[in-house]
Amino acid sequence: MKTDPAGVLTGAHYLDGDYACGEGAMAAGCRFVAGYPITPSTEVVERISRRFPFMGGTFIQMEDELASMAAIVGASWTGTKSMTVTSGPGFSLMMENIGLAAMMEAPCVVVNVQRGGPSTGLPTMVGQQDVMQARWGSHGDYRIIALCPQSPQESFDLVIDAFNLAELYRVPVLFMMDECVGHMTEKVIIPEADQIEIVPRRLTKKDPADYLPYQTNGELIPEFARAGDGYKFHTTGLTHDERGYPVMSAACQKQNVQRLIDKIKLNEEQIIRFEAEAIEGADIVVLSYGITARVARMGIELARKQGIKIGVIRLIVLWPFPENYIRQLAGNIKAFVVPEINAGQMVLEVERCAAGQCRAVSVPHLGGGVHNPEDIAQAIVEAAQ
Amino acid sequence: MNPKREVIGQTSIRSKVHPVPFAPPRGEGPPPVADEHPLAAYLRMDRIPHIWCPTCGIGIAVKCLAEALDVLQLDTNKVAVVSGIGCTGRVAGYMKLDGFHSTHGRAIPFATGLKLGRPELKVVVFSGDGDLSGIGGNHFIHAARRNMDLMVVLVNNFIYGMTGGQNAPTTPVTAKTSTMPFGNFEHPFNLPALAAGCGADYVARWTTLHVRRLTRSFKEALNRRGFRFIEVIAPCSTLYARLNKLGTGYDLMEFYHNNTEIKNGADPQTVDIGFQGKIICGRFVDSERPTYLDMMKQHYTKVLGDKFVPMPEEGGLIWPPGEKPTTPAAKATAEVREPEEVTHG
Amino acid sequence: MKYWRKPLDYEQIEIPHGEVHIIAERCKGCVFCVEYCPKHVLVMSEDFNAKGYHYPQALKQGECVNCNLCEMICPEFAIFSSSLPNGKLGQVAEVNPDEVTLTKGG
Ligand SMILES: Cc1ncc(C[n+]2csc(CCOP(=O)(O)OP(=O)(O)O)c2C)c(N)n1
Ligand code: SF4
Ligand code: SF4
Ligand code: SF4
Ligand SMILES: [Mg+2]
Repeated sequence: MKTDPAGVLTGAHYLDGDYACGEGAMAAGCRFVAGYPITPSTEVVERISRRFPFMGGTFIQMEDELASMAAIVGASWTGTKSMTVTSGPGFSLMMENIGLAAMMEAPCVVVNVQRGGPSTGLPTMVGQQDVMQARWGSHGDYRIIALCPQSPQESFDLVIDAFNLAELYRVPVLFMMDECVGHMTEKVIIPEADQIEIVPRRLTKKDPADYLPYQTNGELIPEFARAGDGYKFHTTGLTHDERGYPVMSAACQKQNVQRLIDKIKLNEEQIIRFEAEAIEGADIVVLSYGITARVARMGIELARKQGIKIGVIRLIVLWPFPENYIRQLAGNIKAFVVPEINAGQMVLEVERCAAGQCRAVSVPHLGGGVHNPEDIAQAIVEAAQ
Repeated sequence: MNPKREVIGQTSIRSKVHPVPFAPPRGEGPPPVADEHPLAAYLRMDRIPHIWCPTCGIGIAVKCLAEALDVLQLDTNKVAVVSGIGCTGRVAGYMKLDGFHSTHGRAIPFATGLKLGRPELKVVVFSGDGDLSGIGGNHFIHAARRNMDLMVVLVNNFIYGMTGGQNAPTTPVTAKTSTMPFGNFEHPFNLPALAAGCGADYVARWTTLHVRRLTRSFKEALNRRGFRFIEVIAPCSTLYARLNKLGTGYDLMEFYHNNTEIKNGADPQTVDIGFQGKIICGRFVDSERPTYLDMMKQHYTKVLGDKFVPMPEEGGLIWPPGEKPTTPAAKATAEVREPEEVTHG
Repeated sequence: MKYWRKPLDYEQIEIPHGEVHIIAERCKGCVFCVEYCPKHVLVMSEDFNAKGYHYPQALKQGECVNCNLCEMICPEFAIFSSSLPNGKLGQVAEVNPDEVTLTKGG
C-alpha cells in the first residue's frame, strides 16, 4: 500500500544521513519513537521530534536505552510503527529487549549509528564494530535482519525497507548506519508519497474466539492482533505455545524457537540484498559495506590499474548473510578481501562460507577513521599474488 | 491457639502459630463441585491453578483487580496489563486482558510505549517490588515524574520471590534473605514516599488482608488518569515467611490483622516499614496534576496551534485504504459501556 | 449468639442470605476463607483434593450472609458466594444450633 503523505517531505534536500534516516522513518509511517541521546545518532531523533507533532507521531525521550527499547516493543503491539535510535553503548543496553521483540515477534526498527568502541570508545568517530553484535548480541537463539546504508540517500530509502521487512517477518530490524554516513551531508531526494510502498501490519481478521496469537497453521509468521481490539491475547518472552502461554519444555522451545529461526532462514532469498559488480572472471572479490564500501572503490580502482581482475560486493543486508552466494563464488576466485572498520568481523563469516575454497583476507581498521584506499589496494595486490 | 474461637474437630498442623479449625472427617466420596467463579471472565481459567504457592498473596491482589474491573464494568477490550519478571510478573498471564509479560524491570517503559502508541488504552502495570523498584527503579521514578498515564500495582513481599528469596530493595532491616543470611543491613525503600516524591498523582498502600479497601483503591485508580501507584503488601509464605520463621502466609495475614493502622492522608514520609513493625495503610496521595498526555497536548496546542496533530486515540497504525474497522473485535468494541461514577472522598 | 436485649423489630430486620460455593479441586488449603469468614460458615475438610490440599467445607451454609469475604480473600479463585432470597434475622438464628459452638459472632 502507499504510505501516509503526512510523513513525506517530498523534494530534493541536502541532508545528513541521520536526518535522512529520520525522514525515511516518517515516510515509512513510523509514528512512535523512543530514544535516549547519544552521539552520533542524536540528530535522527532531533529531526523526528521537530516533525512528529505535525503528523500525529509521538516522540518520547526515555530515561535510558533499556526503556527506549522496551517502549518501542510496547508501542509495536498497538500497531503503531515504532523505532528507537542509538549508538554502541545504548545498543548494548538494548540487547535484552531486542531479544524480547524477537521472541514476542513485535515488528520494530532499531537504528545504530555506529561509533568506535568498546565501551564509550570514540563517541564522535566512526566504527563498524557492532556488526557481529547485531547478529549475536541478545542471548539465546534467534534471527534478526540487519541493514546497512552507505549514503544519506540510502539511509532514507533503506530505512523504509527496514520497516517493511519488520512488518513482513515480524522481527526487530537493525539499521546499522555508521558515524560517517550519519554525519555526511549529501543530496537526498524524497519522492511523492504515492511512490512509497509500505507494508501494513498483518492484522488478523479472525474472530477473537478463534484467534491464537502464535498459531501459524504451517506458515512461518503468525497473524497479528493489536492491543485494544478485543483479542485479549497474551504474549511473553518466555518460551510459549500457540496460545502465547508459557510452556517450560524442550519440545515447546524447539517448536517456538525453531520457527523464529526458520522464518528468516527459509525466507533468506527474499531478504538478502547486495550489490555485485564485475564478478564474472574476477580473481579477487572485495566485500564491504557501509562507508567502507565507498572508500574501497578508490582502492579497487588503484588495484585495477595493476591489471588485477576485481569483483565487488557491497552488502546492503548484513544479516542474513548471503551464505550460498559466497560459498559458490569462493570456488571461482583466489581470495575475498574484506575491508571493514573493525578488527575483522564480517571476514569471519566470509571465511566460514568460503570453507577453505579460497582465502578470506581481512583488511582491518580500528574505529576513528576510514581506511586509506592505498591499504586496501595493497591488500588486493597481495591477495592476487 | 487462635483466640477467636474454639477449635472444631482436629487441629491443623499447618500453622504452628495459628491452628485452624478442621471439620470432622467427611468420609469417602468426591469433593463437592461448584459452578464457575463469578470473575472467571476476567481470568484465563485455562491456566488456573496458577503457579503461586499456597498462602501467597499475589492471587488476592489479582482477585481484587478483577473485582474492580467487574464492578466498574469497564470495557476490558481497552484495558491492558503489563508485568515484568518475578512471581508477581506472572499476573499478566492470568488476567483475561491483553497481557504482556515483558522483561525484568521493564514493565513500566513497555507500558509507556503501549499507552503512547494507543492513548485510549487503560494500561495497568502489575509487578513485584524487586522488578519495579530494584532493576526497574529508574523507570518507576521517571514515569512518576512525567505523571505518565499508568496504573502501577506493586506487590511488595519484601523479597525476590521467583529467584529464591534474595534481598530486595524493600527488605526491612534485620529481615533474613538468602543473600543476607545474617539479616539485611541495607536501608529499604519507603515506596509511597518514593512515588509521592517523584510526583505520582495517586498513592495508596494496602495489605492483602484489606481486600475491600484494596478493591476500592483499584476502582479509584482505574477511573482516573496520571501515574497511580498502589503498593500491596502481600505474604510470601515460601521464602519471606520461611526464611524469617514467621509461619505461613496465614500467619502473615494475621500479622497484618493485628499490626496495620489505616491512616488515609498520612504523610508518605512517615509510612516506612520496619521488620515486623507496624504497617501504615491508606490512601496517602490523591491529587490531580496534568498527566503526560495532558501536558503534551496542552503545550503543543499552545505553541503550534492548529498545526498540531495528536496521535489518534486509537493508535498510530496506518490503515490500508478502506480497511479501517475490519477486525470483528474492533466492531464489537464500538459499543463502549459507560464506567460507573466513582467518588474520591 | 446471645443478645442482651432483643430489638423491637427483631423479627422484621432483613438480613442478606447467601450460599457459598467451593471449587475444591482448585483450593490450595490456605485457610484464609475459613479464618476470615465473619459468620464462621466454613471449616477445613479432613479430606484432600487431588493436589493433596485440605479444602474448605461449608458446615453452616445457612449462616452465610453473602458478604463475599471468602471470595475476595481466596488467592485461588476457589470459593465464591451467591445471594439467596433475604431471610429474617429471627429465622437465621435458629439454623443448626447444635452443630457448632462459637465463642464469638462476626
Ligand atoms: C535481567 C534479569 N536479571 C535477573 C533476572 C532474574 N530474576 C527473575 S525474577 C527476579 C526477582 C523478582 O523479584 P520481585 O520483582 O520482587 O518479584 P516476586 O517474585 O517477589 O513477586 C529476578 C532477580 C531476570 N529474569 N532478568
Ligand atoms: S515464592 Fe513467595 S511470592 Fe513467589 S509464589 Fe511463592 S509465596 Fe508467592
Ligand atoms: S460469603 Fe461471607 S458469610 Fe458467606 S461463607 Fe463467605 S465469608 Fe462466610
Ligand atoms: S481461601 Fe481459597 S485456597 Fe484458601 S482455603 Fe479457602 S478456598 Fe482454599
Ligand atoms: Mg518481591
